[in-house]
Amino acid sequence: MEIFGIPLQAMLGQLLLGLVNGSFYAMLSLGLAVIFGLLNIINFSHGAMYMMGAYLAWMMMEYLGLGYWWSLAAAPIVVGAFGVLIERVLIRHVYKLDHLYGLLLTFGLALVIEGVYRDCFGVSGQPYGVPEALRGATNLGFMILPNYRAWVVVASLLVCFLTWFVIERTRIGSYLRAGTENPRLMQAFGVNVPRMVMLTYGFGVALAAMAGVLAAPIIQVSPLMGSNVIIVVFAVVVIGGMGSILGSILTGLALGLIEGLTRVFYPEASATVVFVIMALVLLLRPAGLFGRES
Amino acid sequence: MNTTLCNAVGTALVAIGLAASGAASAQAQSKLSGNAIRIGVLTDLSGLYSDISGQGSVAAAQMAVDDFIAANKPGYKIDVIAADHQNKPDVGSGKAREWYDTQGVDLIVDVVNSGVGLAAAKVAGEKKKLMINTGAGSTRITNEDCNPYSIHWAYDTYALAAVAGRAIVQGGGKSWYFLTADYAFGQSLEQDTTGIIKTNGGTVLGSVRHPLNASDFSSFLLQAQASKAQVIGLANAGGDTINSIKAANEFGLTKSQSLAGLLVFISDVHSLGLNVAQGMQLTDGWYWDLNEDTRKFGRRYFEKMKKMPGMVQAGTYSATLAYLNAVKAAGSDEADAVTAAMRKTRYNDFYLRNGHLRDDNRMVHDMYLMQVKKPAESKYPWDYYHVKATVPGDEAFQPMAASRCPMVKKT
Repeated sequence: MEIFGIPLQAMLGQLLLGLVNGSFYAMLSLGLAVIFGLLNIINFSHGAMYMMGAYLAWMMMEYLGLGYWWSLAAAPIVVGAFGVLIERVLIRHVYKLDHLYGLLLTFGLALVIEGVYRDCFGVSGQPYGVPEALRGATNLGFMILPNYRAWVVVASLLVCFLTWFVIERTRIGSYLRAGTENPRLMQAFGVNVPRMVMLTYGFGVALAAMAGVLAAPIIQVSPLMGSNVIIVVFAVVVIGGMGSILGSILTGLALGLIEGLTRVFYPEASATVVFVIMALVLLLRPAGLFGRES
Repeated sequence: MNTTLCNAVGTALVAIGLAASGAASAQAQSKLSGNAIRIGVLTDLSGLYSDISGQGSVAAAQMAVDDFIAANKPGYKIDVIAADHQNKPDVGSGKAREWYDTQGVDLIVDVVNSGVGLAAAKVAGEKKKLMINTGAGSTRITNEDCNPYSIHWAYDTYALAAVAGRAIVQGGGKSWYFLTADYAFGQSLEQDTTGIIKTNGGTVLGSVRHPLNASDFSSFLLQAQASKAQVIGLANAGGDTINSIKAANEFGLTKSQSLAGLLVFISDVHSLGLNVAQGMQLTDGWYWDLNEDTRKFGRRYFEKMKKMPGMVQAGTYSATLAYLNAVKAAGSDEADAVTAAMRKTRYNDFYLRNGHLRDDNRMVHDMYLMQVKKPAESKYPWDYYHVKATVPGDEAFQPMAASRCPMVKKT
């Protein structure tokens, strides 16, 4: 059986690969959406945090001999703590200003962080292998899927679901949402809103770091890995609707699939297709697919 | 302001030194402008190409100057300055103009990145000052855009294609599939290699064009796998090549098909690790572990940079030293005289094997087809390559008959 001249099996394989990329997009755009939704900050340093997560995994392996699973647990905490520090020292001061200031501040931060890594480690990047337990591949009949890629999909879907659940369905989540709607009232109720916001930023950053660790065995750990992916992720957030949690997850996965298909039919356009969709969505639904019109 | 002051003081000191060392030596050097030679390393100090050239090239040029001074004790001052062209042609050509006009630079080397290299070569032509390009790959430097003052030293895309294409096809890799970066460099590399493959009796089954800096290559590699070609040619560079190799390994392509990297530097192999890179074939213009001379240079460089040099950095050393020797032979730093002296020289040193400077300003020398070692075969750090074939320069580089350079007189 063939679809537009492409054998069904090849098509299924490409869709599955699209899903793997989509889960990275989902996880990164989720962090961005959480930060934008609750802090109103367009966090351009997200890509740099993703890169820091991957580098931390490499450093733990290289200098401490600690493997993948340790990194997966430790990198989000360490990078998240770094995010908390950044929020306290820098980002906090631009909340009251126009979005543009937050964007410029975080963009500058990203350049500084990338510059430091480039200076210390060079641009070619560092090797990082697939963890022992996830080596090898499974024959799915229509394609050979490396086990590690399957794990990436499972892990990121799990994390995305948990985040969505916590923010939309639990008491802490309702505090968070209320805190952004009306911080003064929340503070009057005795909730420490600034601390909550600080931790939220840390959490968003931790998500990026975790995606970085997940990506390390697949993509070369290099200082530029964040800036290569961040623009696409921003497009995902815009398409999904700025600040929409569920929107960013679903859009991330969907765009991964669309990009995957483009790679089969017209590979030259695979870097552009996301932006074409973004332009169309902005024309037809300026608030994004899942965004609420304000 | 500050630098001009320093220069003035420096020149004054040299002048006093010369006066003290006697009139005779001053007489012999009278043809040098400013009685000093200044070499400018115009390179990428912070970006994409900083690992293959960058600070390493600056260090290599300085080593060449030190070696020349130690061996010849010249009565004139030689120094090296460096600048970051940020991979922007306008920045690069602006810097070249400033250096030639106001800084007394006699030679510019490195100039990695073809876009910058071509723009800066135009300035060299205008100012009638020398530029030796050791970093960029475009064959246009010695073809459409050739000029008498721009020399191309280490490698070019034609040689990359010819060496890998011919040697691999002759070694039995008859059917090819290309993974090509979708911009001028990738397309011309694919085109050049295709030509070589076909003339040697191989076939090209197809190609997939991927966007520049595509972070995930798995989908393109599955298409390459489905083609069942024996050889997958990687007509891309830098991070794209590294990520394609990583993904090829993950999806098990390397078990049934072989990879041919058309532009892979030793720093790329180092950063991939032998586990992932093993078995891949690639073209290189130089390798630190070829013989005793290359090892000697490699170790000296390693002392300074804590990395082994690649063909661009070692090429910068080679070009700088060759230039200084030519200045000495010509007794002048006037570009035409220096080039004439270089053209007369037959080069056989640690870098250039059977090297000679052709009329189109292409430095022709032997090139190598390498195969990356298995981890078990690597005995010491940076022991990465088997030399599979040494290709004589005349076979590796574009023949003069095919030259599109107006300087070349067709007979």
